[in-house]
Amino acid sequence: MITIDRLTKRFDKRAVLDELSLSLAAGDRIALIGSNGAGKTTLFRSLLGLYRHDGEIRFGGTGAQRRDASVLGRIAFVPQLPPPLRMPVGELLAFAERGAGADRARMTDIAEALGIDLAEVARRPFYRLSGGQKQKVLVTIALARPADLLIFDEPAANLDPAARAVFIDQLAGRHDASMLIASHRLEEVAPLVNRVIELDRGRVVLDDAVIDRLREGEFRRAEIVLAEAHPPFARALAEWGFDGDAEGLRFTGPVPAAETFRFLGLLARYGSLIERMALDNDILRRS
Amino acid sequence: MNAMTPESLEVAVARPGSAPRTGLGLSMRLELAESLRSRWFHFYSAVVVGLMVLLITTGISESRVLGFTGLSRLLVTYIQITMAVLPLFILVTTARSMVGDREAGNLEYMLAFPVSLPVWYWGRFLSRLVLVLAPIAVALALAAIYGLARGHAVPWGHVGLYAGLVGALAAAFLGLGFLVSSLSRSTEVALGASLLIWLVLVALLDLLLLSVLIRQTFVPDFVIGIALANPLQSFRTASMILFDPQLILLGPSSYVILDHFGVIGYVAWAMGYPVALGLVLAGLGYWRFSRGDLV
Repeated sequence: MITIDRLTKRFDKRAVLDELSLSLAAGDRIALIGSNGAGKTTLFRSLLGLYRHDGEIRFGGTGAQRRDASVLGRIAFVPQLPPPLRMPVGELLAFAERGAGADRARMTDIAEALGIDLAEVARRPFYRLSGGQKQKVLVTIALARPADLLIFDEPAANLDPAARAVFIDQLAGRHDASMLIASHRLEEVAPLVNRVIELDRGRVVLDDAVIDRLREGEFRRAEIVLAEAHPPFARALAEWGFDGDAEGLRFTGPVPAAETFRFLGLLARYGSLIERMALDNDILRRS
Repeated sequence: MNAMTPESLEVAVARPGSAPRTGLGLSMRLELAESLRSRWFHFYSAVVVGLMVLLITTGISESRVLGFTGLSRLLVTYIQITMAVLPLFILVTTARSMVGDREAGNLEYMLAFPVSLPVWYWGRFLSRLVLVLAPIAVALALAAIYGLARGHAVPWGHVGLYAGLVGALAAAFLGLGFLVSSLSRSTEVALGASLLIWLVLVALLDLLLLSVLIRQTFVPDFVIGIALANPLQSFRTASMILFDPQLILLGPSSYVILDHFGVIGYVAWAMGYPVALGLVLAGLGYWRFSRGDLV
């Protein structure tokens, strides 16, 4: 679908993307991870034709051409920070509908699921919405577009937990589109993706096809020992189907292989409490 | 919802004709929707229309200066004020517009939509031209209505020619503003550059610098060339010609203008040259904009 060949982008002679090569196949759902300054946003902007760069980006086997409007018609994008647009929300939605093929009925449905009433905010200037509302509108527009590729740069950063869950569900339902999602919360997007790419200083340092090793229906056995009892963590582990000892210090249980990233994300939140942990490599199968 | 399978995605991307695309009309509408809510537009409209209302209410049309009275007197005064207000407003607001949108992240989002760069850029240019001229059209309409109500003869020919001159002046400074905005990497630089350019053009009006240049024995053709090249000067002189065909107010330099151009020729120059200049400058701005990083 997209072939990136030795993509290099420099700012003041500093290479933010350094001869980055990558192929995105149709159906790829990629979590793009990396620390701040790793080059995630620069990669997105290069894909969208917003930056001049060295190297080549080819879409669907077509020749490299910077900012091809036809290609952009198949890509839906949500930026990291919502732009402070002054136009009314209704005008932005109308533009997305007429100029980018967004489906009006679908926008209404998605917005409703995310918890925002488009009719209510239609007359309000976009920049006057709250951060979460802005993000919901942008996500609504992106998901309602007939796009083959969804590019989301930290899409859930401003969303409340409920909207975040709906957003993940909506994304999971988009089987027709490939995805490239930058997120610091890998555990959040982990159930969605079948590939994880890590960037560091403008290079790919990890390209892991999750689905190959972590399949649906397979489990890994985990053991966790805490330094002290912590009821909220114990409850969270119980929700995963873990059994704990009487003191509430030692827990064992199965982790669905396909949700390993999400589980590790949970552990990261309670990292200071964990004295010892083990995640078996042996894959268990359950019917 | 688009019901494509992953296997067909590659085909879809390779078949670009089926993708949605934004046209010039939609691009203009978007810019109008954005700018109509901008503070600069509200302030600018209030100044341009408010000045006309102020001139009307002060009864300036009833006074007589150098033979001008009625609506002619009102328009002459309004022209002089327009020349001071319009270019500065256009330069400052336009020069900040694209670079400001770049800094704010508006460009990153809007240019990720399927709109071609020429459509987006020129749609924006045309929308700005409409926005700049609309309040002046309202002000002129107010003057005409007032004139009719007071029983003054409305100089429709002058009003039309004056509107054309204002349009030409607006096009010139809009083009300049777009060029400055394309070249600048920050709003501060754009603002500073636009103020500097405006000051230089004002300084090159015949009042001060041109007389100094002549006293310093510069070649007269060079000095005349500067005056002709300055869109502010061409607007100023042409607006005088409309009401004072002999250019008595301008003094001896009127001979040069009338001998070389004649009244019609100079008015045509004052309308055609700024428009051409504005389009060339905006074109240069597009060339620069499209060849650099867009955000």
